Amino acid sequence: MVKDLTEEIDQDDDQKGMYLTFELANEYYGLWIGYVTEIIGILPFTEVPELPVYVRGIFNLRGRIIPLMDMRLRFQKEFVDYDERSCVIVIDVLENTVGLIVDSVSEVISFEEEDIIEQPMLSSGVSNQFIKSIGKAGNEVKLLLDCDKLLSNQEIEILNNEKDER
Amino acid sequence: MTKNFENEPMMEVYIFETTQNLEQLEQVIICSEKNGGFTPDDVSEIFRFMHTIKGSSAMMLFNNIETVAHSMEDIFYFIREQKPQGLDFSAVSDLVLECVDFIKEEINKITNNSDVDGDPAVLIDSLKLFLDELRRLFGEEDSQNKNNSKKQQYYIPQEKKQGLPKEKDKPKNESETSSEGACYQVIIRYEDDCTMENIRAYTLVFGLAELVEEVYYLPADIAENSETAAYIRENGFEIYLKTEMGYEEIKAHFENIIYIEQLLFREIEEERMDPFRKAQNQVQSKESFVLPNDELFKPDIPLAPVAFSEEPQKNNTAAQKMISVNVDKLDNLMNLVGELMITESMVTQCPEVEVIQSENFHKASIELHKITVELQDMVMAIRMVPLSTTFVKMNRIVRDMCKKLNREVVLDLYGEETEVDKNIIEHISDPLMHIIRNAIDHGIEGEEERLSKGKEKVGHIILEAKNVGSDVLIVIKDDGRGLNKARILEKARKNDLLTKPEEEMSDREIFKLILLPGFSTKESITEFSGRGVGMDVVTKNLEEVGGTVLVDSEMDQGTTIILKIPLTLAIVEGMNIRVGKSRYTIPITTISESFRPDEKDCMMDPDNNEMVMIRGQCFPILRLHKHYHIKNAETDLTKGILIMVEQEEKVICVFADELLGQQQVVVKSLPNYVNSMKKILGLAGCTLLPDGSISLIMDISGLTGLRVQ
Repeated sequence: MVKDLTEEIDQDDDQKGMYLTFELANEYYGLWIGYVTEIIGILPFTEVPELPVYVRGIFNLRGRIIPLMDMRLRFQKEFVDYDERSCVIVIDVLENTVGLIVDSVSEVISFEEEDIIEQPMLSSGVSNQFIKSIGKAGNEVKLLLDCDKLLSNQEIEILNNEKDER
Repeated sequence: MTKNFENEPMMEVYIFETTQNLEQLEQVIICSEKNGGFTPDDVSEIFRFMHTIKGSSAMMLFNNIETVAHSMEDIFYFIREQKPQGLDFSAVSDLVLECVDFIKEEINKITNNSDVDGDPAVLIDSLKLFLDELRRLFGEEDSQNKNNSKKQQYYIPQEKKQGLPKEKDKPKNESETSSEGACYQVIIRYEDDCTMENIRAYTLVFGLAELVEEVYYLPADIAENSETAAYIRENGFEIYLKTEMGYEEIKAHFENIIYIEQLLFREIEEERMDPFRKAQNQVQSKESFVLPNDELFKPDIPLAPVAFSEEPQKNNTAAQKMISVNVDKLDNLMNLVGELMITESMVTQCPEVEVIQSENFHKASIELHKITVELQDMVMAIRMVPLSTTFVKMNRIVRDMCKKLNREVVLDLYGEETEVDKNIIEHISDPLMHIIRNAIDHGIEGEEERLSKGKEKVGHIILEAKNVGSDVLIVIKDDGRGLNKARILEKARKNDLLTKPEEEMSDREIFKLILLPGFSTKESITEFSGRGVGMDVVTKNLEEVGGTVLVDSEMDQGTTIILKIPLTLAIVEGMNIRVGKSRYTIPITTISESFRPDEKDCMMDPDNNEMVMIRGQCFPILRLHKHYHIKNAETDLTKGILIMVEQEEKVICVFADELLGQQQVVVKSLPNYVNSMKKILGLAGCTLLPDGSISLIMDISGLTGLRVQ
């Protein structure tokens, strides 16, 4: 798995350090551009029962059925209704295609290597475990996400138990 | 050697499958040649291919192909069982490729509707010699292998040379009356303006291949080098050939060729051929493509050198009626058509468009709709194939085997109209063939034995297909002698196939052993079965489509083999229902009725489970909105609708808001990400509705399990 990723990074050398940034509850996050396949508006989706709250359902993207994940809920932030600025970022990670609902998409930033701080010291928390590194762009700081962890199901068990009312 | 064209479609399938098998076989050989040796997997695989080719050829009555495949199989059987060390691997590869070429040639003839007249005798002789040699070298006691390995490298080529005089004698004996393989020199000049001399020469040589024993020509590289055309124009085209045909006969052949301006034809001494032979041998050994003594095999079999095979294949591609298309492409096509449907409805139902008064526009849009619907049906049709063709094919196998084994077996087919994905059909036709053969050969007893056991004289095999929940089940059931547990275990012990202590194994696990490669309880090898390769094909093929094999058997009652194939892409006739905002699809076969209950018929049992009374019987109610926590759904039983579903004799009533209508849907699996997260009880997959939204397909057996024990 790790090997695959590094190979991918080698191939897309010119994409290295390029991150798509988006806004989520007044915070800025970055996704490595290599994962992103497209950005679309919010399409009608179908709810699927018995899934964690943050998986809103599945939707039809040109015949492909793709799960939809609300990033606010994923990071245990307050849910707000989607508006015309809300976007779905479709990412492709290790054969999984997932749509991420974000408040809005901002821009693609190219970070120099020295501007990315790997393994930042962060307090442990549900959202922080998804942060791989921190990128500095001018005065601003972007939280760069770890897509593998984002899609991993390790903490799902806990959430399920919480959700299971019966 | 009998031609049998009574069944055209069957022939087409046979040609297609065999060609495919040959191609794969070639790939395996070439691949393992690169890796410098056969792995046990390769050997099993080659074995499988030969086995399948053998089987289907026998069915189509192409005995020559069958015998070649059979001898080839013998060799690989030996290799697989004895696992000889230091085997002269390239000799084996050469032999296999030669067989492949031979079969290809025959298949070509079949496709061109000409006689399948290739004589495999020579090839089989050499195969037999090779096998004998192997037996001698590696025999039953292969302890001295390592010392032998060097020597043995010599032996095999020598062996071939020993076989040489014998093979040469043969055609001579057959043709005593004609001039015994006289040699001729032919010099041809083409007409000045005919152009492409080299191609013409090439065609000429190719045409000769079937008439002559040996042929050499100058310039040699006519096929690849277009500049030779100029050379031929200048100096003529020189052919040296050796043939059993009479002088006049062969000369007449040349005289019939068009565009030849000048023909010089004369008999020569055989010695004059020698330099060419040497040259050719060298070239061939360099290329290592063709067996050095290839020409030995030429007399009867038009086993053309590699260069020859290019041209006829080109001709055939146009004639081929079946193509195998990558399923991914079909998937893409289907998705695109789905998109098209949605876009079409978006355009025609757009409010601005709907006010357009033009009659022409409406006509056009109706036409557009019609065509898109047809297109969708067509794409679906391409993918989905009823099992009937595959099932009917089995009749033939049963018939042929009954004749050969002198047994009476009746094959009963049920549910052959069940449609499965093309992909799945391709993978189950081989397994079915093997299972049925095994059933007849091992399962069904002889007439007397049956009568003494108090069974009907005629054996029965039931072949049944059905949709069960999210699977397609194919059941093959015979009423034969059943599987012998003790013998299976014994054999497994002998072949070291046991993975856990015998005492701990359940019946099912013991029966499962028969699916392992190299397993056969039959002591002798027959034309039909006994090598233990068949069931291996079954598992392998099913694994590829994500299916499983279940074996059940009872002594003297018979054996049941169930192939369980997931229905990932199968089409289901479904009833769409609405619950709140969500839509669900229930497979129509599970629905017995739907009704709106009266309030007085609904009640609670002491555990607070809702029940409904209908015609004096009580059925449990499952409220989907409650079960799946769906918001804004109808909660009043008398305002929604109850759908009574039944699966595996369990009945429940599902409560939904309303019925939306009946429709054929393509089952898609839920996204990987969702599946990896959780197995959702009661959901089999999802499907796209015509408006582009997604409906979830219910797995009724999962749901009934919730309320009924």
